[in-house]
Amino acid sequence: MRTGCHKADNEVNQYPVMVLEDGCRTCKESQKIKVGDVLEVGEDETFPCDLILLKSSREDETCFVTTASLDGESNHKTHYTVPDMETDILSLGGTIECEQPQPDLYKFVGRLSIYKEHQEHAVRSLGPENLLLKGATLKNTEKICGVAVYTGMETKMALNYQGKSQKRSAVEKSINSFLLVYLCILLSKALVCTALKYVWQSQPGQDEPWYNEKTQKDKDTNLYLKMFTDFLSFMVLFNFIIPVSMYVTVEMQKFLGSFFIAWDKDFFDPEIQEGALVNTSDLNEELGQVEYVFTDKTGTLTQNNMEFIECCIDGFQYKYRDSGGELDGFSAMDVIDGPVNHLQQKAGLVKEELFLRALCLCHTVQVKEWAGQEDGLGGLAGDQVDGGYSGPAEVPPAERQAFIASSPDEVALVMGAMKYGFTFLGMESKNMRVMNRNNDIETYELLHVLNFDPVRRRMSVIVRSGIGETMLFCKGADSSIFPRVRQEEVDRIRLHVERNATEGYRTLCVAYKLLSPEEYSQVDSSLQEARLALHDREEKLLKVYNQVEDGMSLIGATAVEDRLQEEAAETMEALQGAGMKVWVLTGDKMETAKSTCYACRLFQRDTELLELTVRTLEDGGRKREERMHELLLDYHKRAVKDAPPAKAGVTRMWSSANQDYGFIIDGASLSLLLNSSTDTSHYKSLFLQICQNCTSVLCCRMAPLQKAQIVKMVKNSKGCPITLSIGDGANDVSMILEAHVGIGIKGKEGRQAVRNSDYAIPKLKHMKKLLLAHGHLYYVRIAHLVQYFFYKNLCFILPQFLYQFFCGYSQQPLYDAAYLTMYNICFTSMPILAYSLLEQHISMEILLEHPILYRDIAKNGMLRWGLFIYWTLLGVYQGLLFFFGVRLLFSNPALQDNGQVFGNWSYGTIVFTVLVFTVTLKLAMDTRHWTWINHFVIWGSLAFYVFFSFFWGGIIWPFLRAQRLYFVFATMLSSVAVWLVIFLLILVSLLPEVLLLVLRKPRGPYSRQMKQQLPSSGTSTIFMLSQTASTHSFSWSD
Amino acid sequence: MPKEQDLANRPDNTAFTQQRLPAWQPILSAGIVIPGFVLIGLAFIGIGVALFLTSRSIQVQEFDYTGVDTTSSCYMCSSTNVPNCVCYVNFTLTTKFQGMVYFYYALSNYFQSHRKFGASRDYYQLSGDTTYFTAPLDVCIPFQYANTTPIVPCGLSANSLFNDTFKLYQIVNGTTKLVPFDGRGIAWWSDYNIKYQNPKVTPLKDAFKGTAKPVNWPKPAYELDTTDPSNNGFVNQDFLVWMRRAALPNFWKLYRRITDPDYVGGLPAGNYSIEITYNYPVISFNGKKRVVLSNVSWMGGRNPFLGIAYLVVGSLCIVMSIVMLIVYAKFKFPDDV
Repeated sequence: MRTGCHKADNEVNQYPVMVLEDGCRTCKESQKIKVGDVLEVGEDETFPCDLILLKSSREDETCFVTTASLDGESNHKTHYTVPDMETDILSLGGTIECEQPQPDLYKFVGRLSIYKEHQEHAVRSLGPENLLLKGATLKNTEKICGVAVYTGMETKMALNYQGKSQKRSAVEKSINSFLLVYLCILLSKALVCTALKYVWQSQPGQDEPWYNEKTQKDKDTNLYLKMFTDFLSFMVLFNFIIPVSMYVTVEMQKFLGSFFIAWDKDFFDPEIQEGALVNTSDLNEELGQVEYVFTDKTGTLTQNNMEFIECCIDGFQYKYRDSGGELDGFSAMDVIDGPVNHLQQKAGLVKEELFLRALCLCHTVQVKEWAGQEDGLGGLAGDQVDGGYSGPAEVPPAERQAFIASSPDEVALVMGAMKYGFTFLGMESKNMRVMNRNNDIETYELLHVLNFDPVRRRMSVIVRSGIGETMLFCKGADSSIFPRVRQEEVDRIRLHVERNATEGYRTLCVAYKLLSPEEYSQVDSSLQEARLALHDREEKLLKVYNQVEDGMSLIGATAVEDRLQEEAAETMEALQGAGMKVWVLTGDKMETAKSTCYACRLFQRDTELLELTVRTLEDGGRKREERMHELLLDYHKRAVKDAPPAKAGVTRMWSSANQDYGFIIDGASLSLLLNSSTDTSHYKSLFLQICQNCTSVLCCRMAPLQKAQIVKMVKNSKGCPITLSIGDGANDVSMILEAHVGIGIKGKEGRQAVRNSDYAIPKLKHMKKLLLAHGHLYYVRIAHLVQYFFYKNLCFILPQFLYQFFCGYSQQPLYDAAYLTMYNICFTSMPILAYSLLEQHISMEILLEHPILYRDIAKNGMLRWGLFIYWTLLGVYQGLLFFFGVRLLFSNPALQDNGQVFGNWSYGTIVFTVLVFTVTLKLAMDTRHWTWINHFVIWGSLAFYVFFSFFWGGIIWPFLRAQRLYFVFATMLSSVAVWLVIFLLILVSLLPEVLLLVLRKPRGPYSRQMKQQLPSSGTSTIFMLSQTASTHSFSWSD
Repeated sequence: MPKEQDLANRPDNTAFTQQRLPAWQPILSAGIVIPGFVLIGLAFIGIGVALFLTSRSIQVQEFDYTGVDTTSSCYMCSSTNVPNCVCYVNFTLTTKFQGMVYFYYALSNYFQSHRKFGASRDYYQLSGDTTYFTAPLDVCIPFQYANTTPIVPCGLSANSLFNDTFKLYQIVNGTTKLVPFDGRGIAWWSDYNIKYQNPKVTPLKDAFKGTAKPVNWPKPAYELDTTDPSNNGFVNQDFLVWMRRAALPNFWKLYRRITDPDYVGGLPAGNYSIEITYNYPVISFNGKKRVVLSNVSWMGGRNPFLGIAYLVVGSLCIVMSIVMLIVYAKFKFPDDV
């Protein structure tokens, strides 16, 4: 074992690496790399540490890497060498300053100072684009040289493997508290026995009868020491009451059980050729306990399959109509609706072209040649997940291209522009090439990219056109663009933007600005300065960005459709029917998100919406905080106080008599609520109460951290509800990690969500089966397993405890040592394991059909104290019955027809036989789903017990010192009375269970299954609704 | 190519992986449960009646001879410490004792079930391994060595071997007639033939050279039964009966069977006397000694518990089935629609 570990370690730590040292190349073991070493890495090699890329063999000073092992994204990412480097690496001298190691894979700040002889040293800024991460692999690049900046445990990969907090399920918490009870039982049993022993021994003649003389050592031992050792002996004797083997079984159940999720072919998505992924097996049962679902919108509720729908240029609406594949620019585009509703009315040609150029330039999209000259790139395009391809119909085969971008919106926009005649051809060193409608190629020098970030919610590029004009193009969310452009332009376009938003489209506004050379040089220098800053670089950059992106003029707006996921509405409806509250947390704007909510039926037509957004807070110049408090009180009154008390939560949501409420809050209001200066705890709790009384809650304009905040707030609220987060993008990672259960969708926004999730599924619609069927079953299985284990150990050890009263409290075991050890390992372990893997007390179809069944097990329903006490009492009842039943039989130990008597081991074996049969049959009675495996293990383990007992008692075992059980079992079975008592005790111990099962059934949770009829009034509404819900044709009009 | 990948990634479509194994779903409907209960109830009542009657037909005669009572004939023996003190218990059978009669002795408040008592024996010795004759196991302490001589058989269990002996006399017309006892077949077959073995040394006495007899024993193991050489050493039936530990502090142990042709059909009515050689002290720990005469049936000795339990459970089942019938009649058999 150890040598194997070493071998694997050595492979990682000692593989040879090329190091450039003192002007020559040497070979080093990878574990000996120091920070500052210059390494040479060849194609298809993995980087041994985090490197700053100094030199690449490619001419354009880039290199391609794949980070498949880091975040699962298999596409090639481009990294850049440090700008303006000397070509001769060997004579380079310089220092690198960089920040302390931090786990964020996508952040890096550093500065490289290059020393040259007799010259002032040059300073270059370093960003994540220069950093090659350990674990990534070099692709399509012959070799690179880089300098090590983080090594060993300081690499980003190593930092990312730490600190993932262990999630514990509610079942485990229940187990722990049950365990505490059993520990108390164990302690009290041992204490009672010890105390009684000394009370009993104090009676004359009992302590040391002549036939049981003590050894000298015993006599000499101190009384208190004897008491203590007695106490410990009792603890050892009774320790089997603590179901240690349960932990093993639970782990096995979880591990094996999780395979069923990965195996489920319903989760297989033919599109991405993948099924569900299980990253942790600890939380299977938590899937059956979810109370709050936090879902991302983009990519989760919606497909994130962006399609350019329409645009608005200077107030005129253009809608693309694919009329016979005509590609002649705007001829295929109709002006549908302008300020003057006239078909010929168009914005001027100049504006149109400016808008389209803006779309073509303002992005970070890369072009990959479909069948490029470079090796490997062609094959690569095949596995792109996040690219959009221009179809063969639109582009001649020779020009087939794939666009690759971090966000599908950008691809959609570039493709949209292409439809209208402006094709982005890609970058050529620093120039962006655009083919215009006349098939001329225009070249723009890319000067700066002002990257997108969720705070600014916009991105810009600064380009210099062929004729020397410097222009800034900016695109972003309306709210972030409108304040930065002239007001009269806004009014013309706002109408369109808002209408598009209510239709569920994602809208972006496009603006531009001409920069004079003076302006540009100022911008350039301040950008450079900010980029070189070591401290607070982000903030400084943000400040500069905000300065630059101002005073622009608005050209137009785009509308991109993001279609709903398949069966999104049905899924959401099922989740709500199952009693879960669905919260949508999105970074999108309110209107878009709201329409998605309506489309997903999270909001119904008659749902009364309570809004707490920037819009409702702007009221007559008063302080927003005051207004917010006022609103909160008002909403609280409406939604919480005046609402009729929830009746077991079943009918309220769906009956028409009560008003449904939906709550909408945006990021700004949330931060106001959470971070406001005055004491907020009261309002926070008001907010929570309102939210908890609402059918659905929509949180829009959320930053990733705010999503996590919301989840945390609900998670820690009263009753500690189980939360589930589902998302597909990097922005959902924080909430996925925060929630009890994190689910990643294998969507288009990369693999971070999947990597950080507990479960990953290809589509949203799989949620329904994952929760309602798998989750429900896993919970029932494990809850039963836990209860059963405690029960079976209690009635195992109780007779042993009772026997102490009949053996002078001498720690005499009732059962043979073999039985004691084998009970949990062999005789009773397999049936419960099979049960906990295969049980379907209600078939999956019925579970899926009636989401309301999910509520039966809500709030840890099968591990409540009441049920635990029931199981414990059952164990006590059976334990008492076993012991005293046999005790009464032994009042005359002459049990054979030849007059011979039975001894203590016969006593124990009878009790044990009854015990094994009873607990196994009890499980058989609870099993509602008898597959051949159940039959095999249940009858098999009983047969094994009988076989083992014969075998164990049939041979004189040479390694045993005392052949205590020799012939005991066989002799026992030769007695008719023993047979009769075994039957009697098994029947009597199971009788109450049978009675309960029979009498409770008409009202019990299992009745629905048997009746096979339509659910009663409470559920029929859901049933009918889910019949009529449409996928995405539902439209909403205000 | 994509076809192949498709196959590689797609989950197996088997009944097991899809959790769709054919399964039987037991449904406890009233139509099954009520007749089931009735059947079980009837069966139990039937067995119960048989057990009850059988148990009642078994005759048991029990006599305490501890001698605590001053009027008891054994009072003298219990109060003094004379070895082989003899006392008598006289009794009269008004009816014939049917069938083969078994003679038991019974001890109460005697903890053979005590862990230390039970563990204090050396099975290697008892299975005839002579190497343990010279060095008994430590569990035998304090009866491992007598001074320095190893004790065989060692330990508390063997040392405390019950050593009262009994003789039964029938008094016919004033003359006493010995009812012969049969000392064979009182220990488990497996104990006598396999589990306990004498060392393979003849004569047996040689194997015990250099060993001491247990402290409380009047004679060594190889002289336990002078009349029958095959009943000596560790395979002495009385010794085996004693070494099979009783489960409870009040227990019976089989002493003898009455297989004599004159009495094999039972003890005729009349006067009897039991001659007791009183050796075994029990008063120091508040114990009691009894002799028990009993015949046995197919269910063993007399035990009213089983019969009563079967009757109670059987009638409970019948009552429950009636209750269920009423309940279901009220709800109009909701399951059988």
